[in-house]
Amino acid sequence: MNIHEYQAKEILKSYGIPVPGGRMVKTVRQTQKAVEEFGRLCVLKAQIYAGGRGKAGGVRKVLDSLQACEVAKDLLKKKLVTIQTGSKGLAVKCILVEETVEIEKEFYLSLTLDRRTSRYCLIASAQGGMDIEEVARVSPEKLHPLYIDPFIGVRSYHARKIAMLLGLKGKIAEDGVKLIQNLYKIVLEKDCSLIEINPLVVSKAGELIAMDCKINFDDNALFRHPEYEKMIDFSQLDTLEIQAKKFDLAYIKLNGNIGCMVNGAGLAMATLDVLKEYGGEPANFLDVGGGANREKVAGAFRIILKDRNVKGIFVNIFGGIMRCDIIAQGIIDATTDIACNLPIVVRMDGSRLTEGKSLLSQSGLNVETVDNLGDGVAKIVQRVSKKRKVIAN
Amino acid sequence: MAILINSDSKIIVQGITGKSGLLHALQCRDYGSNIVGGVTPGKGGTTIEGFPVFDTLDQAIQATGASVSLILVPAPWAAEAILEAADGGIELAVCITEGIPIRDMVVVKKYLRDSKMNLVGPNCPGVITPGECEVGIMPGAIHKKGNIGVVSRSGTLTYEAVKQLTESGLGQSTCVGIGGDPIIGMSFIDVLKLFQEDTQTKAVFMIGEIGGDAEEIAAEWIKENMRKPVASFIAGLTAPPGKRMGHAGAIITGGKGLAADKIRVLSECGVTVAKSPTKIAEAMKQALNIQTSNNS
Repeated sequence: MNIHEYQAKEILKSYGIPVPGGRMVKTVRQTQKAVEEFGRLCVLKAQIYAGGRGKAGGVRKVLDSLQACEVAKDLLKKKLVTIQTGSKGLAVKCILVEETVEIEKEFYLSLTLDRRTSRYCLIASAQGGMDIEEVARVSPEKLHPLYIDPFIGVRSYHARKIAMLLGLKGKIAEDGVKLIQNLYKIVLEKDCSLIEINPLVVSKAGELIAMDCKINFDDNALFRHPEYEKMIDFSQLDTLEIQAKKFDLAYIKLNGNIGCMVNGAGLAMATLDVLKEYGGEPANFLDVGGGANREKVAGAFRIILKDRNVKGIFVNIFGGIMRCDIIAQGIIDATTDIACNLPIVVRMDGSRLTEGKSLLSQSGLNVETVDNLGDGVAKIVQRVSKKRKVIAN
Repeated sequence: MAILINSDSKIIVQGITGKSGLLHALQCRDYGSNIVGGVTPGKGGTTIEGFPVFDTLDQAIQATGASVSLILVPAPWAAEAILEAADGGIELAVCITEGIPIRDMVVVKKYLRDSKMNLVGPNCPGVITPGECEVGIMPGAIHKKGNIGVVSRSGTLTYEAVKQLTESGLGQSTCVGIGGDPIIGMSFIDVLKLFQEDTQTKAVFMIGEIGGDAEEIAAEWIKENMRKPVASFIAGLTAPPGKRMGHAGAIITGGKGLAADKIRVLSECGVTVAKSPTKIAEAMKQALNIQTSNNS
């Protein structure tokens, strides 16, 4: 789960990690007030669920409240397109107004899971503020990893080693030790899958300050943190993806015209692979889960139908324990209130297959059932392209 | 011989009184697995569908002599169930549960390093030795006894693969779903090692997907150590980038995780890679043929 920079910084602050003085604002007026109160050079940072804001004009310095108003007006009406947002961009609904800091030196710090060792890993680098993936590629020796043993955690000597590698000295080094230990405390207590501070700076005044921060929460741990739900900014999420979440479905919108409903992530990915192999373009990735029920299938099908690009639907359910009549019933439920004459191809495998097939054939839907993956994909691709040709003529 | 489980395995189900716990306990029993009871704290002393229920795993082991545990405990308590299994002296725990927090699994993984227990999963379909024993949730009927070992990170995609193998006459020795989570118990290599030593297994089919670098590491191991033919399929060749892992995760693994890279490394290491999920059995047969022609 994603949160905004201003929310991440509130968490850092509550653990004693210094961040620049700042305030989240939602209107031009609030921006003006904030800048006037800070009374000096400020920076306005667009809050979106994506990185790459700086290069896209989402982070701007302002000299006074007049200029701040102009910048805020511009930011709040636009969709910011960065290298991470996709071509449509993300709407800017709030701005973080921050005091500027005179910077002496920049660092990079992050904490995330290392899959290879199954441990949390802290990565520090003196190459702060840069594209860290580029650093990893070009000069990996400049990244200093610390693999954390969950039984002993981050001890001060671990953190001191990192502080020394970063070239910190004296009091700043000891501040760094505390900061690193607190970062690990945040990861555990808040169930983060990622904390990234880039850059962490030493200011001219000799203070360590987190200038930018990204935090992701572990989706699997949300049950331990009911308060996180209030932190979600729905303006940053695709409407269909929000609906999918309500049904506990894994849905990712894609750009093609063949809607897909599959159970299991691996099979869903493989299904998209076959669709492309046969010249089709999937409209989405949708995993209804290993043991979906009638309501879930209906919910999933409705979401697919809401995507206006969809010209045909392919269903691939390999159940075994899932009953095919229930899947069929779910599809029929979803199409009772919406007229649907799109071509549908269903490949089901599981118990009560004959019952499922006959339910579908009697449903009045434009549906065809097939017995294997290859045939199903060939059929839906053919039917969707045929339909397009008819329209073209 | 098969690996991990056989008709002699005595199995206990942790979370047996839950809806899915009971459903799958019954299905495994119907398949022929020797399910000797279950554990649900607070329900000890009762029976459900003929299964005796115990409050603790220790009691269950003492009363039944079980050495295998099928874990179908909801995510908030699943990590503890795994630890209880390891502590109780279970030899093989198969954890089906999806959605266990990272923080919990980091601790479990470290604890298991000093334990003799093998963990399969979590977030996996389980293990099946066709014709003998199922410890999991896979549809037993698509399997057929034979000589192909199957190891996979996926659930339903494994069913697809198994069905193709069975339909083309290639039965299976044992199928192991190692799970799709970032932190899992047994790795590809752990399972490959067992298949290597197993006399029933003549060849292995390995199913991977995007993310992490487990397939690349397994490929290198296969190149150096595996004496039996291996074929593979990697899902997600056309998956959109950017929806995968957080920033720093990609750094540690050096930018690995793409399906194309995995396919390239596997091919370089002598593994026959299926070009499409519809050609799984073909790839397996091809790998077997290469082996035969090399030997003749």
